Amino acid sequence: MTEIFSQLIAKVEIVTADLIASNFGLALILIGQGLLMAVFLLLSAYFLIYADRKIWAAVQLRRGPNVVGAFGLLQSGADMLKLVFKEIVVPAGSDKFVFFLAPVVSFVMAILAWAVIPLNDGWQLSNLNVAILYVFAISSLEVYGVIMGGWASNSKYPFLGSLRSAAQMISYEVSIGLVIIGVIISTGSMNFGAIVAAQDTEYGILGWYWLPHLPMLFLFFISALAETNRPPFDLPEAESELVAGFQVEYSSTPFLLFMAGELIAVFLMCALTSLLFFGGWLSPIPGLPDGVFWMLLKMGFFFFIFAMIKAITPRYRYDQLMRLGWKVFLPFSLVWVVFVAFAAKFEFFGSFYARYLVGG
Amino acid sequence: MDDLLLEYLPILVFLGIALGLGIILLLAAAVIAIRNPDPEKVSAYECGFNAFDDARMKFDVRFYLVSILFIIFDLEIAFLFPWAVAFQDISMIGFWSMIVFLGVLTVGFAYEWKKGALEWE
Repeated sequence: MTEIFSQLIAKVEIVTADLIASNFGLALILIGQGLLMAVFLLLSAYFLIYADRKIWAAVQLRRGPNVVGAFGLLQSGADMLKLVFKEIVVPAGSDKFVFFLAPVVSFVMAILAWAVIPLNDGWQLSNLNVAILYVFAISSLEVYGVIMGGWASNSKYPFLGSLRSAAQMISYEVSIGLVIIGVIISTGSMNFGAIVAAQDTEYGILGWYWLPHLPMLFLFFISALAETNRPPFDLPEAESELVAGFQVEYSSTPFLLFMAGELIAVFLMCALTSLLFFGGWLSPIPGLPDGVFWMLLKMGFFFFIFAMIKAITPRYRYDQLMRLGWKVFLPFSLVWVVFVAFAAKFEFFGSFYARYLVGG
Repeated sequence: MDDLLLEYLPILVFLGIALGLGIILLLAAAVIAIRNPDPEKVSAYECGFNAFDDARMKFDVRFYLVSILFIIFDLEIAFLFPWAVAFQDISMIGFWSMIVFLGVLTVGFAYEWKKGALEWE
């Protein structure tokens, strides 16, 4: 019995090896992996909307969605179907092509950044050596979706909303970049696998980067909130001032694309926080096995924090937002980069800031 | 060289999948949903009165200022990336020249601050 089984495995291995060797097989595998990732992202978006609404409701002592399906689990699906059956309204003065290009750009860029995010050791579509630079580049392109949407609508609220949103997103991108530099100095690589491997010490949770880079963890997380236009920094869509910001003129599926893109970008920030500061798929307690469930658990936890912040904080004023970004976060992260550089170069704390010394 | 390019192939494939997904979703409503536009419906949104004028109007110059500042600092970060990756291998000269560069930028930043380029009121 076992002999037949091992023969079968050997046969499958040969077939798989042949498949990888041929171009057609390679294309098939790449498409399969891509589809798998896309399905994972859409499924998580589906349940994240639900989780977001449930958490928000629980904080306000409401029930949240509870009618469609058991515990309201099918609510997101019902909402999606509703949006698909809605009429697409194209404003009269709008630039038609750019008007439809904007949601697609916003959605595609949010998804595309996930091509290099590993969920477990080696579980990514592309193992780039410049992975984090790639994520940084793609997420900065997301600004285009917002600004094109606001401009193409040819309506005053979207226009003002998109200006605000673009200024906000680029302001906080600067501090996110500087935080990433600090992590790269400690690691000596831009590859996510290497960044996580550098956090793999015998101290478990205490070996992760949140401890040496503790102030930057908070800075990164708050910048991530601003970068993804989440409350308390949801000024582009401040309901009471700008109605819904750059999304005012959007209805039906273009709106759905914006929403999905925004949510997937939020989830990307959760993944980045886990990878950069919380050891990705490493287990917090030495001895327990590492694995994909740790990564998912950490991402879920950070999304919970995102949702809680949305529920409990009041919205920032725009001048406060810009002051925080340029006058607090930027100088602070700049000083921190210099500090990490000195600490790593002169080994102030041994290999605490210079993980490449121990060959992590 | 080929191996390096091959690493980017999955991203290209993934771009195709994401683009396809986005366009399918976009077209779903265009195919399924009814379209019945009327002048009121397609007019630009306004609060309580008819929309007038082109919406692409003059706006605050500070938005330009922010984008210029962003370019400066983003460029600085672009310079920092290779330096940070090669950090363990660079000499003391490499290390100190970047610190001096950051110092020069900080002086510029302090000047901007003093000039009030970062003020919003």
